[in-house]
Amino acid sequence: MDARVQGGAVVGGRRELWLFVLQRASAALLAPLVLVHLATMIYAIQGGLSAAEILARTRASVAWPLLYALFVAAASVHGAIGLRTIVREMTPWRGASLDAAAVAFALACLALGFRAVGALA
Amino acid sequence: MSEPRANGPELSVEVWRGRAEGRFQTYRVPLRPSQTVLDVVTYVQRRIDPTLSYRFACRVGMCGSCAMMVNGAPRWTCRTHVARVAKDRRLRLAPLRNLPVIKDLAADMTPFFDKWREAEARFLPSSPRAAATARIPPADPERAAADAAIECIGCGVCHAACDVVAWQPDYLGPAALNRAWTLVNDARDADRRAHLAAVAGDAGCHACHSHQSCATFCPKGLNPTASIAGLKRASALALLAGRL
Ligand code: SF4
Ligand code: SF4
Ligand code: FES
Repeated sequence: MDARVQGGAVVGGRRELWLFVLQRASAALLAPLVLVHLATMIYAIQGGLSAAEILARTRASVAWPLLYALFVAAASVHGAIGLRTIVREMTPWRGASLDAAAVAFALACLALGFRAVGALA
Repeated sequence: MSEPRANGPELSVEVWRGRAEGRFQTYRVPLRPSQTVLDVVTYVQRRIDPTLSYRFACRVGMCGSCAMMVNGAPRWTCRTHVARVAKDRRLRLAPLRNLPVIKDLAADMTPFFDKWREAEARFLPSSPRAAATARIPPADPERAAADAAIECIGCGVCHAACDVVAWQPDYLGPAALNRAWTLVNDARDADRRAHLAAVAGDAGCHACHSHQSCATFCPKGLNPTASIAGLKRASALALLAGRL
């Protein structure tokens, strides 16, 4: 039994387990961040702030770009892991090519997201 | 079919005949008070069509062998009253979902129990039979967790109810994982880490969607979803602590 536990089952298993932990951790970050984001959007729109006024505020602070950088990182990780899981459940696609596609998706989200964060800073 | 005609009210019962390929055949069965779905199947086999295959043993909800799909839902037929499930005096009976069909209403349980083995869902003894009985207080939290999940009769109803089993055929499934959770909480077990390692794999506890079909249909009122959530938590903590 030990040979099997030490073998492939656990190596494959650790990856899934790490992804599970990352998925939970990124969800824990996203939950408050999404609420802050929504509340800020509603507040900014109702207050009638223009894009220029919003940018003036975000550029004047360190906290907003940092907050959104964290948001982008958490969303990229969370989205990529979630899509990989959906593909594994709904299609026969598995293995290294799927993992590579998920990483590529995460990197694309990070690149686009940080580009947007750069505009805020 | 030369069916004995009753004078009173009748049920119209569609029964799966064949294997993976087959068809539903309709029988007319007299409606009786306090009749169970198993009574209906037995009536068909004894009075109308002796070639019908199905499985039962205890008839009192102990052995777990009589489970079938009843109007689309998995149920233990010996403890399911017709009055509770028949709509317009109609029943549609099929073999348990997510398993190969042997014949008619008898599903092949082999893949179901293979998963128990893959999940290492068996007790690993830590002391010889002659040793004194381990003393574990009833209030011990681990014992309470194991107690809540231990009354499984291995009927396969939860396995048939689980969509993840349908999507991902190698998923270990609610029953095997529920049993593994009792062992992770069993102070007498020789290698509790091995139980966790066996369910932390590719198609183990983390594949569960927590959508609770298993808990909804388990005839013993168990909650495999909660057991699986326990396994997710325990395996994640063991991983972070470097124990897995
Ligand atoms: S809670 Fe998990 S084990 Fe239960 S039916 Fe849903 S996916 Fe299957
Ligand atoms: S957990 Fe419930 S439904 Fe599943 S096999 Fe055990 S008794 Fe049957
Ligand atoms: S015949 Fe034993 S549980 Fe139904």
